[in-house]
Amino acid sequence: MKYAISDAWVITKRQLLLLIRVPEVLIFSTIQPVMFVILFRYVFGGSITSGQPGGYVQFLMPGIFVQTVAFTLAGTASGVAEDMKKGLIDRYQSLPISRSVFVIGKTLGDSALNIVVLLVMGLAGFIVGWRPHSGFLKVMLAFVFLLAFGYALSWIGIFVGLTAKDARVVQNVGFLVTFPLTFLSNAFAPTTGMPKALQYFAEWNPVSTMVAACRQLFGLTNKFGVTAGTYPSTHPLIMSLVYMVLVMAVFVPLSVRSYANSAKK
Amino acid sequence: MKTVLAEHLVKTYRKGHVRALDDLSLDVEEGTVLSVLGPNGAGKTTVVRILATLLAPDSGSARVGGFDVIRHPDKVREIIGLSGQYAAVDETLNGWDNLVMFGRLYHLSKSAAVKRAEELLEQFSLAESARRPIKTYSGGMRRRLDLAASLIVQPKVLFLDEPTTGLDPRGRQEMWQVIEELVKGGVTLLLTTQYLEEADQLADDIVVIDHGKVIARGTSDALKKQVGGEQLEVIVEHHNVAATLEAVGRVSGAKPIFDEGLRKISAPVSTGARALIEVLRSLDADGIHPLDIALKRPSLDDVFMALTGHVAEDEALDDVSKKRGR
Repeated sequence: MKYAISDAWVITKRQLLLLIRVPEVLIFSTIQPVMFVILFRYVFGGSITSGQPGGYVQFLMPGIFVQTVAFTLAGTASGVAEDMKKGLIDRYQSLPISRSVFVIGKTLGDSALNIVVLLVMGLAGFIVGWRPHSGFLKVMLAFVFLLAFGYALSWIGIFVGLTAKDARVVQNVGFLVTFPLTFLSNAFAPTTGMPKALQYFAEWNPVSTMVAACRQLFGLTNKFGVTAGTYPSTHPLIMSLVYMVLVMAVFVPLSVRSYANSAKK
Repeated sequence: MKTVLAEHLVKTYRKGHVRALDDLSLDVEEGTVLSVLGPNGAGKTTVVRILATLLAPDSGSARVGGFDVIRHPDKVREIIGLSGQYAAVDETLNGWDNLVMFGRLYHLSKSAAVKRAEELLEQFSLAESARRPIKTYSGGMRRRLDLAASLIVQPKVLFLDEPTTGLDPRGRQEMWQVIEELVKGGVTLLLTTQYLEEADQLADDIVVIDHGKVIARGTSDALKKQVGGEQLEVIVEHHNVAATLEAVGRVSGAKPIFDEGLRKISAPVSTGARALIEVLRSLDADGIHPLDIALKRPSLDDVFMALTGHVAEDEALDDVSKKRGR
């Protein structure tokens, strides 16, 4: 037990080493969001009225940040599924280390990756004119919030990866889930333009509450686009926290148990 | 002392419909090599996974190095090394990274982990490719790295699950050399294989299993005696069949079997290469030039034929347990 922390750190470092050994990972985790930034900022942005001072880009970037973090879920899941397939999990389990070390190290490692990715995205946003004006502390708080969101999601990724059969399927399924979730939200356009039913879905969507929470922390006045007046749309910070706690409460025990049992099936 | 001792292991899959292990017992004397020989689906991987604490048996007990695998898995994990059928190394990292990482997980200090990694890379002829991504390694190199990873803390007991399956002959040869070195070093080894030749080469004792049961146990010589040694096979033109049958029968002392379709004449022989030369001489004297002549060592199929009266059946069972397990 006394080794648990240093063991988890070894696994975390493995994820960090990946950034150095396989720089493509960072490139591919940022290239897609960068493309979205260009697409929405310069192609669609002109036709979307966000009603934000400072223009659409102020509205857009929090959406991009949340989307970027959400998309790493599929990467976590397929990484774990790959480890399962390659027998790496068997090896970890035959080592004299505590069972939770692998999952904790893995999730922390993915958070470290998220830090780097968010840094790159923040820079990309700055280049295209994103200027938060709520002050340094609140901006940092927003990024901590984003990292916490990513951390909570990575537990879903671990669980999916451990229970799925095939890494490629995991990647596709992950995409099929995260893609609609990020687009049926307030991330890129105000929810007002949506049909009523979709509007409710979009406002309860955790992606929307996260985006709105970030917009609030970045000092935007119209944080949700225009709302249908639902509770999450008026209390995005609290709702985002509730969602994170819920996800962790469900998926931490599920993932740890599923990891411990993964060899026993 | 019995370093590995498994007694009456039972393991079922699919809610008891598939019996992977059916009252299986085996033991390995300290410092010796036991080979568990059997076809796919015989239960080889399941035995290894139970002994390596990855899997709990439905009933029965097992001790490794004196520790019960169910009650004291942590103690067992400290003294075993496990290398599976797949090279369980991180492909995104290089060889050096992998060994250092696993060294750290065995709680070596940073400098000790580095030192051990370098020793092992040297020992397994991987020093030159240490900094190359694993993706660029050959199958044999991956297996060697995987084996190296299971030797970081010099385990007392080593489990190798089909260490050469899928390797080309050269890779297999290299792997055998490495394993032989380890055995000289005094490790207690349990290895599973589908190849009689491999068991013959590496093991002191062989346990043949089928459908989760031990069907024979002994030294490879003893097993081979049961199987009936080598088989001489000659293929000739149609008009030479009669004369060849006569020559082979004379050397073998048994009535040769003639396969009409292949024009193949075969008979068991006990004198090995000498029998081959005698038959060749006799054929040559009659002016017969065989199209093909070979001395076949008994295969797993032959062993199974001799022991069970049926050929080794491939079953999907091991695949099921692997897919679930991995």
